[in-house]
Amino acid sequence: MNNHKIEHIVPYRLYLIVLSGLILLTLISVGVTYIELANLTVFTAIFLACIKSVLVLVFFMHLKFDNKLLQILVTAVFVLIALVLFITFLDYNFR
Amino acid sequence: MNNIAHIHRDDEASKLGMWLFIFTELLLFAGLFIVYGIYRYLNPVAFHLAAEELSVTVGTVNTVILLISSATMAMASTAIRLKNKQFTILLLLITLFIAFMFMTNKYFEWKGKFEHGIFPGSEDLLRLGHGDTLFFSLYFFMTGLHALHIIVGFVLITIVCYRVNNNTLTHENPVLLDNSGLYWHLVDLIWIFLFPLFYLIT
Repeated sequence: MNNHKIEHIVPYRLYLIVLSGLILLTLISVGVTYIELANLTVFTAIFLACIKSVLVLVFFMHLKFDNKLLQILVTAVFVLIALVLFITFLDYNFR
Repeated sequence: MNNIAHIHRDDEASKLGMWLFIFTELLLFAGLFIVYGIYRYLNPVAFHLAAEELSVTVGTVNTVILLISSATMAMASTAIRLKNKQFTILLLLITLFIAFMFMTNKYFEWKGKFEHGIFPGSEDLLRLGHGDTLFFSLYFFMTGLHALHIIVGFVLITIVCYRVNNNTLTHENPVLLDNSGLYWHLVDLIWIFLFPLFYLIT
């Protein structure tokens, strides 16, 4: 394969913007624990963690600029994990 | 044909290999998260009360500094491509420093738990009951395994830092830096899920 192709160099500024987004989301996820959301607490925490992990994967781990194969593989692994989680919970719920 | 010896290198494949390794790590932790999820589902009250023992402040501080270290690591990948050796080393050293800070926080957190008689197999924990034992066993195992990854990342970044310094890792072959970065982001990624599950959902 060609190692000398022109690579996309991510500007520093983009990383700093993503970082501030991540810190903001962390503070939001801590903040919402003081609000009584009952059943939604778990959902909100997991939901915010998912947004954060997508930001890390797409920008810090460079997936946005990587080839299609890698993007598909990573998505597939997370779909697999979600499926296994879902099926395990179905099993425990209807046992 | 030229006479210059050509060293075969395939950066794209190195990266793919690193990702395959990361997949196995993700599946390992996913398995642990499922175990946590099921036990929480089966012992909601005990997990709820046990989680309140953990300091949200320490957890939040560790989350924020780990996110910053991930950003500095990612920026090092840019710095090396811009041929800015000094700045690359500075960014790597900041990352190492934050990793050290994270471990120090973790040390004091664990030490506090030990002093309160909470550690795997302790009598206090046995008296608290089944649910608490499960929560703290999972807490120590999962944050411990994560801390082990921090130490591995620390070693990797130290090697990268050394090689950037003696010019064996430059803008022409930054793949080791990139792959160490991927590993470091994985460590960050796992913590992003550990933090709400152990510290926040109470």
